[in-house]
Amino acid sequence: MLIIDCPYCGPRPEPEFTHGGEAHIARPADPSQATDQQWLEFLYLRKNTRGVFAERWRHARGCGRFFNALRDTTTDQFLATYRAGQKPPAVPVGGER
Amino acid sequence: MSSLRTPAGGRIDRADSLSFTFDGRRYQAFVGDTLASALLANGVHLMGRSFKYHRPRGVLGAGAEEPNALVTVTRDDARRTPNLRATQVELYDGLVAESQNRWPSLSFDIGAINNLLSPFLPAGFYNKTFMWPRSAWHKVWEPPIRAAAGLGVAPTLPDPDRYAQQFAHCDVLVIGAGAAGLAAALTAASAGARVIVCDEQAEMGGALLSERDATIDGQPAVAWVAASVARLAAMPRVRLLPRTTAFGYFPHNNIGLSERITEHLADPAPSLPRERMWQVRAREVVIATGAIERPLLFPGNDLPGVMLASAARTYLNRYGVRVGTRAVVAAGCDAAFAAALDLAAAGVQIAAIADVRAAGAADGPALAAARAVGLPIRACSTVLAATGALRVAAVRLGVVAANGNVSPGDTIACDVVLVSGGYTPSVHLHSQSRGKLAFDEALGAFVPAAPAERSRSAGHCRGINGLGAALEDGACAGAAAALATGHTATTPRFVATALDAGIEGTPGALPQLASVIPPAKAFVDFQNDVTTRDLALARREGFESIEHIKRYTTTGMATDQGKTSGLNALGFVAAESARKIAEVGLTTYRMPYTPVTFGAFAGFARGDQFDPVRKTPSHDWTIARGGVFEDVGMWKRTRFFPVGTEDMHAAVDRECLGVRNGVGMFDASTLGKIEVVGKDAAEFLNRFYVNNWANLAPGRARYGILLRDDGFVYDDGVIGRLAADRFHVTTTTGGAARVFGMMEDYIQTEWTDLSVWITSTTEQWAVVAVQGPKAREVLAKLVTGIDLSPTALPHMAIAHGEICGVPLMLFRVSFSGELGFEVNVPADYGTHVWEAIHAAGQEFGITVYGTEAMHVLRAEKGYIIVGQDTDGTMTPDDAGVAWAIGKTKHDFIGKRGLERPALKAKGRKQLVGLATVDPQVVLEEGAQLVATANRPAPYPMIGYVTSAYHSAALGRSIALAAIADGRARMGETLYVAMPGGDIPVKVVSPVFYDPEGARINV
Repeated sequence: MLIIDCPYCGPRPEPEFTHGGEAHIARPADPSQATDQQWLEFLYLRKNTRGVFAERWRHARGCGRFFNALRDTTTDQFLATYRAGQKPPAVPVGGER
Repeated sequence: MSSLRTPAGGRIDRADSLSFTFDGRRYQAFVGDTLASALLANGVHLMGRSFKYHRPRGVLGAGAEEPNALVTVTRDDARRTPNLRATQVELYDGLVAESQNRWPSLSFDIGAINNLLSPFLPAGFYNKTFMWPRSAWHKVWEPPIRAAAGLGVAPTLPDPDRYAQQFAHCDVLVIGAGAAGLAAALTAASAGARVIVCDEQAEMGGALLSERDATIDGQPAVAWVAASVARLAAMPRVRLLPRTTAFGYFPHNNIGLSERITEHLADPAPSLPRERMWQVRAREVVIATGAIERPLLFPGNDLPGVMLASAARTYLNRYGVRVGTRAVVAAGCDAAFAAALDLAAAGVQIAAIADVRAAGAADGPALAAARAVGLPIRACSTVLAATGALRVAAVRLGVVAANGNVSPGDTIACDVVLVSGGYTPSVHLHSQSRGKLAFDEALGAFVPAAPAERSRSAGHCRGINGLGAALEDGACAGAAAALATGHTATTPRFVATALDAGIEGTPGALPQLASVIPPAKAFVDFQNDVTTRDLALARREGFESIEHIKRYTTTGMATDQGKTSGLNALGFVAAESARKIAEVGLTTYRMPYTPVTFGAFAGFARGDQFDPVRKTPSHDWTIARGGVFEDVGMWKRTRFFPVGTEDMHAAVDRECLGVRNGVGMFDASTLGKIEVVGKDAAEFLNRFYVNNWANLAPGRARYGILLRDDGFVYDDGVIGRLAADRFHVTTTTGGAARVFGMMEDYIQTEWTDLSVWITSTTEQWAVVAVQGPKAREVLAKLVTGIDLSPTALPHMAIAHGEICGVPLMLFRVSFSGELGFEVNVPADYGTHVWEAIHAAGQEFGITVYGTEAMHVLRAEKGYIIVGQDTDGTMTPDDAGVAWAIGKTKHDFIGKRGLERPALKAKGRKQLVGLATVDPQVVLEEGAQLVATANRPAPYPMIGYVTSAYHSAALGRSIALAAIADGRARMGETLYVAMPGGDIPVKVVSPVFYDPEGARINV
């Protein structure tokens, strides 16, 4: 069970959260202008990063807020959590340890 | 008491004797004994039969590593615990234990014929021998093989005991209370850190409890342990957990502990739970789990009486038991000499000590001590075989010449053989936490490298040898852990004296036998009966990866997880393939360290506590009237209300006709409800649902469809506009949470420009659907403040008033095709209003109906159920509800997705109705449709049945189906392919009943 640092509530256990997939994929402002290829990429194409990965979480059984996290997929260590709409903070390469 | 018991010493209470039975025979023992130590004290070495060959087996170890002595302990028919290690079963007066996997008795076991057949039962035999004919495996071969191979039998009665679960937090968790663990705990706790110490044994102290002469700070080691444990127990920020196994290391320093609370008690208080599962979240972890001695590989190494030297020493020093009268010691490690010294001093005759180490192995302190007292040490020796029937009787030694050639030596009679192949650090938890391991060439074993979590290993479990060094290492680890949690520690100094025997050994075959081809048959994995020949065979058959060899031979895959066998298997494979052990690699350590009961995992989550239940306002009313529930998510919904001896079919027919011909009532409270509020509420719903909401007047409702951005139907429901800035959204029962989450997602992350607020109101409203031609007459008796006339309250209108003196939000909606209302009242009044409607409906013959009738009624009208008639790949057009889409909207979720070529292509499956040619045949939901009868295989499936019922109103069966180009096939005859033959059906409109909708608008 992971400990996840909700940017609004602080550290809480994983069962309070739901995972939301890769972060920073914005819905095109005018979908009608998107080509089929662009729409396909928006809908389906996701990274499968080995290492530091920006992902969405929702504190579903807490404050209900969506936020983003940087997690090292090889160690499950969180390097940072930050509010939706913010840029990912710079983290040291390789994580804390 | 037997002559095997020493006159004094040990941790047993000689003033407090008890009796127990093993396989029906009564034995005497002392408080403090384990089942293994007590049996050994009574001269019993034969404690079990092996898994595959039914070979007689005795106890090999003295702790968690035991692979052989697995027993069943029985309190009563419901409390029978199989597969317990006799080395860890604490005795209480009256304990009843039995051996396993033998018939008719342990000493005469029919299954032992497998041992004679063993040449025909090599690794993977079941893959090779029993594969033809194919069907015979399940019917002929597998049942007897499964019956013959085996462990204990689980009880069939429900477990009557309680199991507790607890969460805990601490600064420092110390796992293992041996020398290093206690030193770590004392150091961290003295610094003020909040400390939890767990240890799997009944008494803390670890290997110190097996020491004879060691001293710490001037007192005997066991006295130091007692003083240290007392000091820790007196500290308010320290929690001591004996009989508690750390079985799993989970991410972010979450450690699973299994505490045994009543297993050792003869008559446990009923108030006590049997076990307690701890989930400890530690800021820092100190792993001080010690090391486990390895057996040696030689023929007959699994005979009863062959045991680890450290175990013999433990039985002597801790339990006051001599494991035999005449011992041969096979020393692959300096520690063997320490055991020989102690046993000799206790009066056990040491017949010979064969130093089986490779020439040139350094003399350790224990060897020097043994030589000084004149023990019969034979250098350059090897063990050719141990022999005996149900107990070892002799050992054949070999003499190793300077050129390495082995010639037969003496055969020495004995009743016990002590083996030591060196020590394997217990790195299980470190490895489970994804910490790296490194091979220590000098030690001949893997030790922890960089940790992945906030943890550190200390003492023997990281290859540190010697009592003083282990104490110092533990203290340093405790200080570092305390410092990491903000507590500055002073590292204490310990003055220790001990023999400090070496722990280096040689994994794999004895050096002198390593070159013998074919290898002598020796047991590597005792619990799964894997021999050196099996490992060699696996290599000959092409398995090189240790992961493949493990799975092919099953070495290391028993419940002991290869604690004694893992490194020997690696060493043997490495030598066979001329590789280094580090190159062969290591299989993954997995939790649990030792088996954990299902009860401990289940904890309180049993029976009524298993899962939360959501109840509707009519729940108790339904129970009182014999209604039948079904589970819908966590909800209990009433499926039907049988009257008298009705079966479901009869009840549903009656309920449906009751609604069609009169009036029915239905508890619809489970509908998901979301209130959407704000000046941009209409704009939000416009973007969210496919429909146009801007032109919906307050006081009116509309059927809404929700897509995902891929264009597929996700949910549906009626949405009412209560005011310009306020909407009452309903969702499917199962979709409420995910629709709410999806709304939050778009509001919070995509459309932050919108001023809108959503609230889940599912639990706020109780909903009673009143449906049928007489629905208005029933409600007219109860409702005040609302004009129920068709002109004032037409179909899809909303009004507010009162019912039974309770605030009422009344929707005129229908999911039955009849004149219909949905009575929404505050949930607390739901039962009251439900009963009032039922009473008021009596004069109209009101029928209470359940979900099954609701399904039939809506299917007669062709109303879809999202998730039943749609499957996540259906567009609104596929489902026949494209009319709901707001054509003038520039965007909504899924609009762009619907433009994808594949979603507009011909040949998509469309929802249509099916009428069976034989009206009495009800199709099976999920059945496949084909276009032609009597066709050769293979043939294409063109669709499938999504809903199928008997319709009492129509007097025939009806069905909905998703069929390729379905709407273009109206009138065609298709076939439902079933095992009993094709069922011909005709494609018809999905609206079977009242297609004009006249009955709704009355």
